[in-house]
Amino acid sequence: MAAEVESITEAQRAIDVVHLTKIYHTTKKEIKAIDDVSLHVDPHEFVSIVGPSGCGKSTLLKILAGLDELTEGEAKIFGEGITGPGEDRGMVFQAYTLFPWLSVRKNIEFGPRLKKMPVKQKREISDYFLKMVNLENFANAYPKELSGGMKQRVAIARALANNPKVLLMDEPFGALDAQTRSDMQQLLLQIWKREKTTIVFITHDIEEAIFLSQRIYIMHSHPGRLADELNADLGLFDGSELVKPAEFLKLKDYIVSLLKK
Amino acid sequence: MKSPGQLSKIFKIREDIPSKWYWAGAIVTFVLILLIWDLVCRLSLIQSIFLPSPEFVFTTFIQLISTGSYWNDIGISIYRVFMGFLLAAVIGVPLGILAGTFKLSDSIIIPLSEFIRYMPAPAFIPLVMVWAGIGETAKILIIFIGSFFQLVIMVADDTRAVNKDLIYAAYTLGAKRWNTLIKVIVPALMPRLFITLRLIMGWAWTYLVVAELVAADSGLGYSIMKAQRFMNTNIIFVGILVIGLLGLIIDRLFVLLGRVLFPWSGGDR
Repeated sequence: MAAEVESITEAQRAIDVVHLTKIYHTTKKEIKAIDDVSLHVDPHEFVSIVGPSGCGKSTLLKILAGLDELTEGEAKIFGEGITGPGEDRGMVFQAYTLFPWLSVRKNIEFGPRLKKMPVKQKREISDYFLKMVNLENFANAYPKELSGGMKQRVAIARALANNPKVLLMDEPFGALDAQTRSDMQQLLLQIWKREKTTIVFITHDIEEAIFLSQRIYIMHSHPGRLADELNADLGLFDGSELVKPAEFLKLKDYIVSLLKK
Repeated sequence: MKSPGQLSKIFKIREDIPSKWYWAGAIVTFVLILLIWDLVCRLSLIQSIFLPSPEFVFTTFIQLISTGSYWNDIGISIYRVFMGFLLAAVIGVPLGILAGTFKLSDSIIIPLSEFIRYMPAPAFIPLVMVWAGIGETAKILIIFIGSFFQLVIMVADDTRAVNKDLIYAAYTLGAKRWNTLIKVIVPALMPRLFITLRLIMGWAWTYLVVAELVAADSGLGYSIMKAQRFMNTNIIFVGILVIGLLGLIIDRLFVLLGRVLFPWSGGDR
């Protein structure tokens, strides 16, 4: 199903993971968290990685973010090996990670502030992203005054305000209720279409992956390895409306059957 | 009160009760203790030389605070506490943050502090007197020894308690180590650090009295010591109560200041 993307050469890829293996050493034994995984993400692509807990999907994302080290293989961002975290890879975590002492606006301006941008420019950036996540009225609120969904909207805005080449999302909506979750998914799709950001999205929710992404990688657990790679860019949805329910179900059932193995 | 519904509402495990109930509980306890104390004195169950009556303690209190010399004692005690506390904080807070941030600093600072922490500060008094005489330096040094090592260990713990996800978030926003330390770890730590300083202030008061009981010719601890020589238990009572009150006032000031400084922080009483 992935034949169409082969036209892009390796150097142009946003993310290139080749034979990546991750082994954790505890005092008693070695645990293989990821076993020989190869995958890639093209620029402007929205790719999900789906799998049960323990399949190493979050570890893989952490390695891409530079927050963890791989044991064997390669992981590259736009052709360059990953040596540590950097502003070119923004990340949204499942846990709420807003800086509680900063207002919503200051949270969004955190990256620009590190770059020592002039006040006016910072302000323009935060205005733009506040509007994008519909939080203009909460610019001066502290994170503790926000709901879970609002916090994650700020987290997305904060990551994007840094103008990253890749946005890494680790089950960002995992802690939200169903309604908020669905609102957030639509907002994220809107943002992706407008900003053309490359997104790698981790989830264990199959429907979420199908709704959001163009391609889906399925992972097995113990040790984490790749089960399949699927094209999900089938025009199943028109906006948030499911227009091809039969195809949707077929794809979903196939993924469910894969995960059962 | 009789209906079981009301009772079970008030005795819910770790649930809030209306604040009037809370205050009622606190005030009733104080009043009750005062009444029992008064009753014991009125019935002469204990000789007044051992237990002066509340009235007597109160009139002594009024007498003492209308003399300048008692205010002198209060002033000098507060000065010693603050100097010892500040000295411990100025050196201890940065060391604690370092120990909580870098494992190598931890290995240099923490085991040593843990060791010295178990040496009782009062046992240092004779040594401190040999080193520094019985001047102000000696008292400040004793307060410092008593609070510094505790402070370092607690600040290191506070620093370690900063959510690692916040540090990760800072990294993915482009922060390097120095910026992460200054712009994320330090501000994230502040409310907890404030609580720690509040507790250490309490210990500083304790060591002040220890220092003044043994080697001083002024201060609240000294006034207690002097009163004992003449069996003036009423003055001893006043001294203890005044130290308690000052501690309480400073503690509440810490809480108030904390609320003003960290409005973003959630939920600490």
